[in-house]
Amino acid sequence: MKQQTSPLKLALIPVLMFGFGFALVPLYDVFCDITGLNGKTGRIEASEIDAGLVDDSRIITVRFLAQTNTGLPWSFEPLVEKMEVHPGQVYEAVYRVRSTSSQATKGQAVPSVSPGLAAEHFNKTECFCFVQQELGPLEVRDMPMRFVIGPNISDKIDQVTLSYTFFSLDRG
Amino acid sequence: MSTEIAHETAHDEHHDHGPAKGLMRWVTTTNHKDIGTLYLWLSFIMLLYGGAMAMVIRLELFQPGLQWVEPHFFNQMTTMHGLVMVFGAIMPAFVGLANWLLPMMIGAPDMALPRMNNWSFWILPFAFAMLASTTFMEGGAPAFGWTFYAPLSTTFAPASTDFFIFAVHLMGISSVMGSINIIATILNMRAPGMTLMKMPLFVWTWLITAYLLIAVMPVLAGAVTMMLTDRHFGTSFFDAAGGGDPVMFQHIFWFFGHPEVYIMILPAFGVISAIIPTFARKPLFGYSSMVYASASIAILSFMVWAHHMFTTGMPVAGELYFMYATILISVPTGVKVFNWVTTMWKGSMTFETPMLFALGFIVMFTIGGFSGLMLGVAPVDTQYHDTYFVVAHFHYVLVTGALYSIIAAFYYWVPKWTGHMYDERLGKIHFWWSTIAVNVLFFPQHFVGLAGMPRRIPDYALQFAEFNQISSIGGFAFGLAQVFFLYIVIKTIRGGEKATDRVWEGATGLEFEQLPSPPPYHSFNEPPPVK
Repeated sequence: MKQQTSPLKLALIPVLMFGFGFALVPLYDVFCDITGLNGKTGRIEASEIDAGLVDDSRIITVRFLAQTNTGLPWSFEPLVEKMEVHPGQVYEAVYRVRSTSSQATKGQAVPSVSPGLAAEHFNKTECFCFVQQELGPLEVRDMPMRFVIGPNISDKIDQVTLSYTFFSLDRG
Repeated sequence: MSTEIAHETAHDEHHDHGPAKGLMRWVTTTNHKDIGTLYLWLSFIMLLYGGAMAMVIRLELFQPGLQWVEPHFFNQMTTMHGLVMVFGAIMPAFVGLANWLLPMMIGAPDMALPRMNNWSFWILPFAFAMLASTTFMEGGAPAFGWTFYAPLSTTFAPASTDFFIFAVHLMGISSVMGSINIIATILNMRAPGMTLMKMPLFVWTWLITAYLLIAVMPVLAGAVTMMLTDRHFGTSFFDAAGGGDPVMFQHIFWFFGHPEVYIMILPAFGVISAIIPTFARKPLFGYSSMVYASASIAILSFMVWAHHMFTTGMPVAGELYFMYATILISVPTGVKVFNWVTTMWKGSMTFETPMLFALGFIVMFTIGGFSGLMLGVAPVDTQYHDTYFVVAHFHYVLVTGALYSIIAAFYYWVPKWTGHMYDERLGKIHFWWSTIAVNVLFFPQHFVGLAGMPRRIPDYALQFAEFNQISSIGGFAFGLAQVFFLYIVIKTIRGGEKATDRVWEGATGLEFEQLPSPPPYHSFNEPPPVK
């Protein structure tokens, strides 16, 4: 008598794989978090920054991009388009957002850093993207973002682009 | 319920009964041969349906500019053509072949789970009716490409997308049930003496394919379920505004999608490994290396998915890994091609229609394999990505690969199934007509792709006009050739020269050596002797 393969046991495989499909979602986030892929930037407290680690010998150009996604009647732009920064030092960039709607609107900014390998060294102490932004009718707001580029960033990188997209939170 | 009881009683009264009378036979059947026939007919209908949509695409692309259809309708055609051909034509055809052949090849009386088998099949007509009905809905059918990338398939999709999602769920359930059935049949119901390493390669490749199916179809089901909840229940799996990521959709989709392409080609390898030895009159060269090569391809298929995503902004290390892993697959695939060639070496070859299609497979599948290698090289893929070069590549592996092997399998086994020889002259016409047409159709697409013509666009720059015209003419000729094939199929079923039990001089295997042509409705009630 040979060993019988039970169809019910086989049916466990698709059930587990269906679960695995959903498990890919947190796995993907964890993977991106560890590797810094996907351009997701980090957040640190101002007190964690060691002022002695500023690397004056290096200059990295940071460019700022800003856009709004469909469905959000805002105009959104950085006040300065690029900055030359030293790794380890904290800088502040200001973005201006202007609602063109006659009603109150709500949005969330999502950052992305290119090149991807710079993302894990790009940290912010303060950012308008940490919270949802709510604008009244035709309101104009200047929003600060304070950031520091970690001194350990690869010396092959001398340009970093930070892009923000504002997504509408009013849908549905 | 009462019919089932009546059926059971009838079964007890005459042991060797034939099929039931009337149309209900096909609805209630649990016979592997009947269900195989149903699958094969469904896939033929889907081939003609998907082919008709391909004709609309080629008609629109016959000239630059917009002539016949609106761009939105064109997008629906490319989407539905892809979905119908992948899930409706190629996959059910191989399941149909599996149903017909696996029990006869391993000496089993039927599939292990005959009632589930009936259910696996009968879900499909409803799934495809639902998918096809979206064409007539407000907003039209899905128009986001067969890969249904988010957010095109979530935020910006037509209302009919929900019907598409449910249809994909049903197809997945059908595939998973069919695969569990196939694994249970192969592992439990082999005749005494039929050890694993004596099984015909078609059985081996299907065993591996079935494992791939139960592993990845649920992942696809998960992906469409996430789409559904993103669309209606406020989740943000693929929506950046809520913390999700559209690129993650591509990762999940291709984690299913890459094994899927091997699901569509591994059974084809099994078919070719049956046909080449028969007409070379030599046993298959390197049987065990074929088994190991199939298994390696299946395992590697889980580790290469992101080569579909080289242009999503991956770091170089990722591109290098996926590039090397992808190119590694050409090693076991090369083993197979060389084994087939070596099988033919110094054989006494004849060139009946199944052999012609099998040889066509080897030559043209290899062309598709080589263009696949080019696409696997990350730095050049940046140029080829989303061009007609990709279209040419996957049509060479799926049309002249998978479809050719299905046609070869039909000509090879149809005398066994029906007891009638097909008309050899018509078969040869079918082969040469198809082969010339399919190359006129797809070969020029390599050139326009390298020159930069993007895929899935109804219009194109003027310099591509000649090649597209040539391609369209080949397309119409190839489409007509498959209508001619329909005529051959019907003619063979209705009559023809009586086939011998062995059918082919060099044929081996239980279905040729132990069963008459056609085989009785219930074969191998007693396990056959296995040498």
